[in-house]
Amino acid sequence: MPKYLLRRVVYGAALMFCVIVLNFFLIHAAPGDAVGAMVAESGGADPAVVAQLRASYGIDQPLHVQLFKYLGKMATGDFGQSFHYDAPVFGVIMQRLPSTLLLTISAMLIAVIVGTALGVIAALRPQGWRNHFVTLISLAGYATPVFWLGMMVLIVFADLFPLFPAYGLTSVPPPENAWAFAVDMAHHLALPVFTLSILFLASYSRISRASMLDVLGSDYIRTARAKGLLESVVVLKHALRNAALPIVTLAGLQLGHAFSGAVLVEVVFSLPGIGPLLYDSIIRHDYPIMLGILFGAAFTVVTANILTDLVYRILDPRIRLHEK
Amino acid sequence: MVQQPAVRASLPWVPAEDETQPEIRWRVTWQMFCANKGAVFGLLLLSVIILMGLLGPLVYPGDPFAIVAQPFLKPGGEAALGTDYIGRDILIGIVHGARPTMAIALSATLITAMVGLTVGALAGFFGGKVDSFLMGVTEFFQVLPSLIFAMVVVAVFTPSLSTVIVAIGVTSWTGIARLTRAEFLKLREREFVMGARAVGANDRTIIIKVILPNALPPLIIAITLQIGLCILLEAALSFLGLSDPDVLTWGMMIGQSRDFFFQAWWTVSFPGFVILLTVLSIALIGDGLNDAYNPKLRGR
Repeated sequence: MPKYLLRRVVYGAALMFCVIVLNFFLIHAAPGDAVGAMVAESGGADPAVVAQLRASYGIDQPLHVQLFKYLGKMATGDFGQSFHYDAPVFGVIMQRLPSTLLLTISAMLIAVIVGTALGVIAALRPQGWRNHFVTLISLAGYATPVFWLGMMVLIVFADLFPLFPAYGLTSVPPPENAWAFAVDMAHHLALPVFTLSILFLASYSRISRASMLDVLGSDYIRTARAKGLLESVVVLKHALRNAALPIVTLAGLQLGHAFSGAVLVEVVFSLPGIGPLLYDSIIRHDYPIMLGILFGAAFTVVTANILTDLVYRILDPRIRLHEK
Repeated sequence: MVQQPAVRASLPWVPAEDETQPEIRWRVTWQMFCANKGAVFGLLLLSVIILMGLLGPLVYPGDPFAIVAQPFLKPGGEAALGTDYIGRDILIGIVHGARPTMAIALSATLITAMVGLTVGALAGFFGGKVDSFLMGVTEFFQVLPSLIFAMVVVAVFTPSLSTVIVAIGVTSWTGIARLTRAEFLKLREREFVMGARAVGANDRTIIIKVILPNALPPLIIAITLQIGLCILLEAALSFLGLSDPDVLTWGMMIGQSRDFFFQAWWTVSFPGFVILLTVLSIALIGDGLNDAYNPKLRGR
């Protein structure tokens, strides 16, 4: 196991190295350079000052020297300086991360639970209306633009029936009592989490349905039924446990997709997360923040892939046996 | 597996595993497709949307960027679907936005298909080091969330028609590459491929003329679904303002009315609904093709 883990981590590190090199070339492909963008941001400057700034950022050096310097900086955890905030990129992103993680993880949890349940229900009666209903939901989930869904949800539940707040993560000012604070945040997050979870619900219900149909047709399920076990035990203990494997894989693989959805949902619901930060830094040409977010997203996906692999090995001992 | 290798009249060394004539197999596939109500509905819906894009601008002429009436007119009055915050007609926008939206999605899908087929075919056919290298590249692109990657690419290279198309294409080819690789891995050991090899066909001929035609059915389905994904990605980018400012797409209409959707629900609801219908029709067609090619998996 540790040897396997080591191999995965080294491979992940190699992928991240490639992301850093990609980021470096993206910066250099951009029309104008970092200093140009800074000068434009502050409204123009003297050419001598610009040249001095270029030298201080090392932009006047040959490309490969700059690449090595960039790699060295990234290795020490220095992600550069935001032009707009005039603060380290790492700190700016970290400040926004909790909100995004809270939104994404809640939405994925709900999607996994509800999606699996829907899939199981559909697989138990493959010919009935429930099956059609699940197919319909998964098609609609695939076809709906998530940002548009967010707006429709807002129009209905924040404007037409003002049951939920339309923007933000908490009330202003936030309640002081910890319990009231949590309730307030849940109230604010309800609509965004619902919107984002619909995006994943489709794929989970689809895959858990296919996986359950597969498992329910196998011999050991017939044996379990023949033993006279309760149907609920057969379905939940014998079938679902084995059908869960593809669901776990999907959850790991979907994380990148989840980030893309979260960016849009956060922009629509004005949540103080990574999405609006990315949007704002694109408008301000704040390249260090943009590239920092791309790096962070890739890093999270790589980590999640490794974790998914580990969970998969715990759930399925056959993989471990194969390696011996 | 139900997919039968096609009979290649031009390639005498390909053994006829399936004696049915290609025309008959196509007819059977078509009949099975037609038996699927959802798929037929999808095909009709998509035809209506395509007709709207082709003929609409002739029937309903005008400049979609032109201010034609009062701002925020409700639907049903002077403008059938209402007007936006500066008085542009929503219906004209939807009708004229169809062509650019579809053209961008189709061009981007073409890129994903070309890159994905090439990478997947080479990896699956040659295996070994070529496979590890190409799959490493594929994994690298999979690690980058497609929307975030596309946003950064468009932002860095300034938004225009070509940067949007390339950004979508470059960020979303990995799925097709993986599927192509799997199909090539499965088919390369089959007798008809060995037969072609024995007769002396070179790698290029085997990849393009022997394996690819037999791998096509699942790939066509994947590419069909990819069109839908490209429409959604383009819509998301132009919603965020990352699109060519001179080209009106449905996503752009939603993005521009974003600050006013509480005042005027129709400015965002109708364009978004058209996107939903378009992608839904493509998904239904994809499902129908899937059922027609894999009758055993029907109902899965």
